[in-house]
Amino acid sequence: MQAFSQLLDSLILTPGRNAKITLLCDYFARTPDPARGWALAAITGELDLKTIKPAMIRALVSERMDEELFRLSYDYVGDLAETVSLVWPETHGANYSPTLDEIVDTVQDTPKAKAPELIAHWLDRLGASERWALLKLVTGGLRIGVSARLAKQALAKFGGVKAGEIEELWHGLDAPYEDLFAWLSGDGEKPTPDMSGAFRPVMLAHPLIAKKDRDDPDAINPDMITPEAFAAEWKWDGIRVQAVSENGVRHLYTRTGDDISHTFPDVVAAMEFDAVLDGELLVRKPDGNVAPFNDLQQRLNRKTVSKKMLSERPAFIRAYDILHHGEEDLRALTFRERRAKLEALLGTSPTDRFDVSPLVEVTDAASLNALRNAPPQPEIEGLMLKRWESIYEAGRPKGPWFKWKRDPFLIDAVIMYAQRGHGRRSGYFSDFTFGVWAETDEGHEITPVGKAYFGFTDDELKELDKFVRNNTIDRFGPVRMVKATREEGLVVEVAFEGLNASPRHKSGVAMRFPRFNRIRWDKPAAEAETLDGLKEFLSYSET
Amino acid sequence: MRSPDQLLHPTPAGLYCPVGDFYIDPVRAVDRAVITHGHADHARAGHGAVLATPETINIMAARYGEDFTAKRQPTELGEVVSINGVEVSLAPAGHVLGSAQAVVEHKGLRMVCTGDYKRRQDPTCTPFEPVPCHVFISEATFALPVFRHPDDREEIRKLLHSLTTFPDRAHLVGVYALGKAQRVISLIREAGYQDTIYIHGALKSLCDLYEDHGISLGSLEPATLEKGVAKEEQAKFAGKIVMGPPSAFRDKWARRFPDPITVFCSGWMRIRQRAKQSGVELPIILSDHADWDELTQTVRDVNPQELWVTHGREDALCRWAELEGYSARPLRLVGYDEDS
Ligand SMILES: [Zn+2]
Ligand SMILES: [Zn+2]
Repeated sequence: MQAFSQLLDSLILTPGRNAKITLLCDYFARTPDPARGWALAAITGELDLKTIKPAMIRALVSERMDEELFRLSYDYVGDLAETVSLVWPETHGANYSPTLDEIVDTVQDTPKAKAPELIAHWLDRLGASERWALLKLVTGGLRIGVSARLAKQALAKFGGVKAGEIEELWHGLDAPYEDLFAWLSGDGEKPTPDMSGAFRPVMLAHPLIAKKDRDDPDAINPDMITPEAFAAEWKWDGIRVQAVSENGVRHLYTRTGDDISHTFPDVVAAMEFDAVLDGELLVRKPDGNVAPFNDLQQRLNRKTVSKKMLSERPAFIRAYDILHHGEEDLRALTFRERRAKLEALLGTSPTDRFDVSPLVEVTDAASLNALRNAPPQPEIEGLMLKRWESIYEAGRPKGPWFKWKRDPFLIDAVIMYAQRGHGRRSGYFSDFTFGVWAETDEGHEITPVGKAYFGFTDDELKELDKFVRNNTIDRFGPVRMVKATREEGLVVEVAFEGLNASPRHKSGVAMRFPRFNRIRWDKPAAEAETLDGLKEFLSYSET
Repeated sequence: MRSPDQLLHPTPAGLYCPVGDFYIDPVRAVDRAVITHGHADHARAGHGAVLATPETINIMAARYGEDFTAKRQPTELGEVVSINGVEVSLAPAGHVLGSAQAVVEHKGLRMVCTGDYKRRQDPTCTPFEPVPCHVFISEATFALPVFRHPDDREEIRKLLHSLTTFPDRAHLVGVYALGKAQRVISLIREAGYQDTIYIHGALKSLCDLYEDHGISLGSLEPATLEKGVAKEEQAKFAGKIVMGPPSAFRDKWARRFPDPITVFCSGWMRIRQRAKQSGVELPIILSDHADWDELTQTVRDVNPQELWVTHGREDALCRWAELEGYSARPLRLVGYDEDS
C-alpha cells in the first residue's frame, strides 16, 4: 500500500507526461503481481471498489472528533478524503500495513454493511498518505491527473510495444492483468483474449480552429476544406456510441467503453447485423425527427427502463462509420471505402432503429461555415468534417477529422453564489452560480439560471476568488453569497450550447454546457440579460 | 486580580500594554516595543526602543541596518526588566535563533505571549519552556487538526534520498531566510551529508550570523551562475542542494540550474493541493511552528485561566479550548504573515 500511495503522491506532484510515464514504468518494474495490476486498474478507472459513501466516511470521523473541528478542517483542505486522512487519530504501535491486493480482495468479499468497520480498522493502521489512497480507492474518486491513455502509454513503454497494441487488447483483458504483465515483462506470450463483442477504441475529432487564430498551433486553413478532400456530416446532438454485434454477442458502448446495453434494450434488440458500428445515439420524436437532448438524458439516467419510457422515447442509432463487418476488420480502409460498406449494410434498408447519417454537400468552407451556424434542425450542433482518405485510427489524431460546432449562444449574467473548487482549484472559489434579471411587481429580481466552473484562466480565477472574498454578504456552509444588485455585481458573459425548458428550476429553464466566455469587469450589473430575453433562446433549442 | 485587558489588549498597531506603555511585536513604528523574534512580520524597523534577546537585536541589525531603532535593550532569557512598573521578561520559544515568549507581569497577574513557537528539538535554538500564567496568548499558524508535522529526520531523509534517485537534477530547496534555512542545513548535516550546499544571496548574511553564534553549518557556497555560462559550469549543481527563498525559485534565476527539482520545506506541505498549487515536486513537511498536537499539548502544559489566540487559524484552537473547558478568545490581530 505504501508503494501505491507514494506512486499516487508523485504522480500528482510531477508535471509533464514523460516524467509521469517514467514513474509508472518504475512502479510496474518493481511491484509484483497482482498489486501492480490492481494499481493499474485503479488508475485507469477499471477498479470499482465503491463500497462506502462519503457520508459514511464522515460518520466514521465524527465518532472520533468534534464536528466543528472537522468542518473547519474540511473547509480549509477542500477534499474529503484528504481531510479525513489528515485528521484521523494516529494509533501508535499499530503499524501493520495491508497490501493493495489484500485491500482489494477483502473489500470485494466484505458485505456493504460491514465496510465502514473494515475501513476504520485499516485507517487505524495506515499512515496519512496511505489513508488518503485507501479513501480515494473505496469512495471511487481517484483523480490524480493521469488518464487511462497515459497509463497505457506507460505500459507500452514498460514492455517496449506500441501503445496501439495495448489499446486494442485492453477491452478484452481483466484486472489484475497478470497475462498482460507477463507478456510485457517477456515472461509470456501476447494475450489473445476473445474480442467478440468487445469495445474497440474510438477515433475522435479535433475542433476546427480557423487559421485566423494564428497563435493556435492546431489552427487550419478553412480553404483546404474542398469536396475532393473532405466529406461532411451533421454533428447530431446525442451521445457517441459503438454498437457491437458479433457471433450473437451484442453490446452497446459509450465512446469511453462503458456498457450501456441494459439501458437501451430497444436498440440492442434491433442489432440484426454482424458488425461493429460507430454512430450517434438519439431519441426519435413521434414525427420521426430527432428529439431534444433532454429526452435522451431522461433515458440515460435510468438503470431500468419502463415500457412507457420505451414507447415515449424510442432510441435509435444514426450510424456514421463501420469498424468491422463479419470477420473483416475495416479500420485500415479509407473513410470512402468504409462509408460504402456502411451504406451497403444499412443504407438500402434503414430501420427505425438504425439509419445512416447523411452526407452534407461540400462546396467550400464559406458555405459550410454558414450551414454550421444555421443547421436545418435544432438538434444539430454543427458539422463533422472527415477526410475521404482517413483510416480509422484510435485516439484523437491530428488532421483527419474535425468537428466544426455551431457558435455558442452568449448572454451577460451576474454572479450570485460561489463555492470552493476541488482538486487543483481547492482553496479557490471557482464554482459559480449566475443569474439574470426577472421583472417582478417589486422591480428587478435576480434569478439563478445556471452554474459554471470553467472558461477562465488561472489568473482570472485568482481575480474571481478575490472578488468573492471581498464581496461576500452571506455564507451557507461552503457556499458564499456575493453582492448581486442592480448597482453592484459582477457581470460575466456566459456561453452555452442550448436552453431547455425545465420545471425543476426556479427560472423555468436549464442551460446546456454553460461556461464563462469572458468576465465583464466593466459592465454595470443592471445591464445584464433579463429572464424574458434569455427565454427567447428556447425557440432555438426546442421546436 | 484585575482584568487582563487592562494589562494587555489588541490595538491596530499590535498588542499594547497601557500600564507599561509598550507594544509586543507591533506592526507599526511605536515608541517602545518588545520583540519576540526577528521575522519581518514581528520585528519591524523604526521603533523608539526595542527590548529583545541579544540574538534578535543582532538579527534586526543585520536585516535593517545598525540604526533600526533609537535605543536597544538587549535582555537575556530569564532576566527581568521593569517598564513603568510592569515586569517584563523573555522565555525561550524554540522558533528561531533568539526567539522568545514575552512574559508580562503586574500586580500578581501574569500574561505570556508566545510569539511564534515550536516544541521540537532544533539544533539552532533554545527549546521552548512552558511558563505558568493566568493568560496565555498563543500563536495559531497551524491550529487545525490536519496539521501534524511528521518526524524532521524522516523528512530530511526524503530530500537526501531524492539526491541519490535523481543524481542529474539540481535540488532547489525553498526555505525562509531566517531560521528555516539554518535549521534545514543543520538537519542535513546531522543526517551525515557533508557536501557543499549552495545558497542564494538572500540567505548569506543570516547564515553568517548563525555561524557567529556558534551554529556550524558546514561548507556553504554562493549559488551564483552567470547568464549564458558554459554547460560544464552548470553541471556542478547536478545532484546538489541549492537553497533559496521560495520567491527566488519563481523567477528566471532558477531556470539556469540543470533540470531542477523544486523542493519546499514548510508545514503547509502537509496539504497535497497546496504543494501542487505552488508547483512543488518534493514537499518536505518541516515547520518552525507548533503543529496541532504541540499547540494543544502546550495549552495543557501551561494550563492558563484564559487562552487568547492570535496569528492564524484562531477559530479551531478556540473551539478546542472550549471543548476542554478553557475560556478562550480570538484576538484577530492584523498584519502577521502566514508562515514566518
Ligand atoms: Zn509569525
Ligand atoms: Zn516567526
